[in-house]
Amino acid sequence: MDLVWSGLREAVRILLARDPEIFAIFGLSLRIAVWALGISLLIGLPLGVLLGVVHFRGRGVLLSIFNAGMGLPPTVVGLWVALFLWRNGPLGALRLIYTPAAIVIAEVILTTPILVALVAAAAAGAKERLHEFFLSLGTTPPTYLYLLLREIRMPLLAAVIAGFGRVISEVGAAMIVGGNIRGETRTLTTAIVLEVSKGAFDRALAISFLLLALSFAVTAFLTYLQHRVREG
Amino acid sequence: MFRTIAGKRRWAVAALVFWFAVFGALAGCGKSAPAGTSPETKAPSAETPQPAPAVRDVVLATTTSTQDTGLLDYLVPIFEKQTGYKVKVVAVGTGQALEMGKRGEADVLLTHAPASEKPLVDDGTVTNYRLVMHNDFVLVGPPNDPAKVKEAQDLKAAMKAIAASGAGFVSRGDDSGTHKKELVLWKAAGVDPKGQAWYRESGTGMGQTLLIANEKRAYTLTDRGTYLAYKNKLDLAIVREGDKDLLNIYHVMQVNPEKYPKVNAEGAKAFVEFLVSPETQKLIGEFGVDKYGQPLFFPDAKEGKE
Repeated sequence: MDLVWSGLREAVRILLARDPEIFAIFGLSLRIAVWALGISLLIGLPLGVLLGVVHFRGRGVLLSIFNAGMGLPPTVVGLWVALFLWRNGPLGALRLIYTPAAIVIAEVILTTPILVALVAAAAAGAKERLHEFFLSLGTTPPTYLYLLLREIRMPLLAAVIAGFGRVISEVGAAMIVGGNIRGETRTLTTAIVLEVSKGAFDRALAISFLLLALSFAVTAFLTYLQHRVREG
Repeated sequence: MFRTIAGKRRWAVAALVFWFAVFGALAGCGKSAPAGTSPETKAPSAETPQPAPAVRDVVLATTTSTQDTGLLDYLVPIFEKQTGYKVKVVAVGTGQALEMGKRGEADVLLTHAPASEKPLVDDGTVTNYRLVMHNDFVLVGPPNDPAKVKEAQDLKAAMKAIAASGAGFVSRGDDSGTHKKELVLWKAAGVDPKGQAWYRESGTGMGQTLLIANEKRAYTLTDRGTYLAYKNKLDLAIVREGDKDLLNIYHVMQVNPEKYPKVNAEGAKAFVEFLVSPETQKLIGEFGVDKYGQPLFFPDAKEGKE
């Protein structure tokens, strides 16, 4: 257990010394998470609302695909994204393999189903609850949409929290498509894997504390937002 | 009524703040992230006097041992400063590194499995094949040596003793250079370990495999560098070392640009020349002495081609 203490000491030392490499890794992890979540939200929110509210042929199939997609194994996604992005792959000309953008692409594929499925479920539930209300009011589509979005704001934030948790803790896909390149694609999680394989457990533990702190801070902020929203 | 209006406004403000935060962040990293090179990493090259090479990125596929020992973290920045290239070190193990070479996904390879490298040299997949350095493998096991490996006449007898005792052996099982070496040793000893109860394949890197061997009180084959790095976390002793067959030889090679037009031939060539240059060879020989009291690698490159 003294390893935990030396890890904590190392974490404090890194913070105090402002270790530039660790800080860069920290920043990259956060940037990747924000990008991936932002893009997932842009795709997932409208798609989720559409699937939740509008009935059309194939809706059930799509919903089950997205529900299954919530459990996509990251290493599988990493492998498939790598197949496409490799130099000699179909998208090789974009020169994206082993860049942060490649990691973002993989993370978007991993988080979008979570957002779509959770938003769709919330939207379907909200529609049910508000049906009579909407009928009696005879609302216009924009108002309908506004009221619906307002109704699902809590589950939406829950979906964002779930998506953030997935992105920030992901290591398999980031390793395959990013390559864990120092100063470029090394994230907090892949850095931990590397430090462990080097036998530098105190450093690995120190980074793990930073990762936990980041994860906790962002989740706490989103939760705070969620409660503000509920009380509002 | 007032309450709901106030509530709506607060929600709208929260939503606005959130969206602007997201888009602000997107715009903020839009300049750096997708390009693959952040402004911080570009800055040093602007200061160096060399003109920027046409294609800056050089993809180096290599074994995990060169990364885990810290050797590449030490050498690559020196190379980058000298030449203005940017090396992308992808540490994947010798098997995968050679595979990346065969598919033209890497520009230069640094691996340690001469028997597996030879076919690639012969069929023209790689060129400029140069000897860089060596270190050695050692057999490690429980200090009380239950299989009596220390008493074995030679390396073959040592491997046989481990197999016969059933004491347990942990294999990397990951097609790495160490794993390939281990399979060669079993073959030479006339032992087929596949499927035996005492034989475990960890499927992980060297460090992790050492930890597993430590927990299982088993033997394993390791490179000396990783063993030294892990030594104070292990209750494993060296039971066999120094045999000629335990030499761990590293070669560097370029992926052939005539076969794979997409490779960065200039950058790959520069990296090969850098590794075998007398200055770098000297750095390799000194690496690790301050930390472990002995070098982790022994430089082998001679002037001119092998």
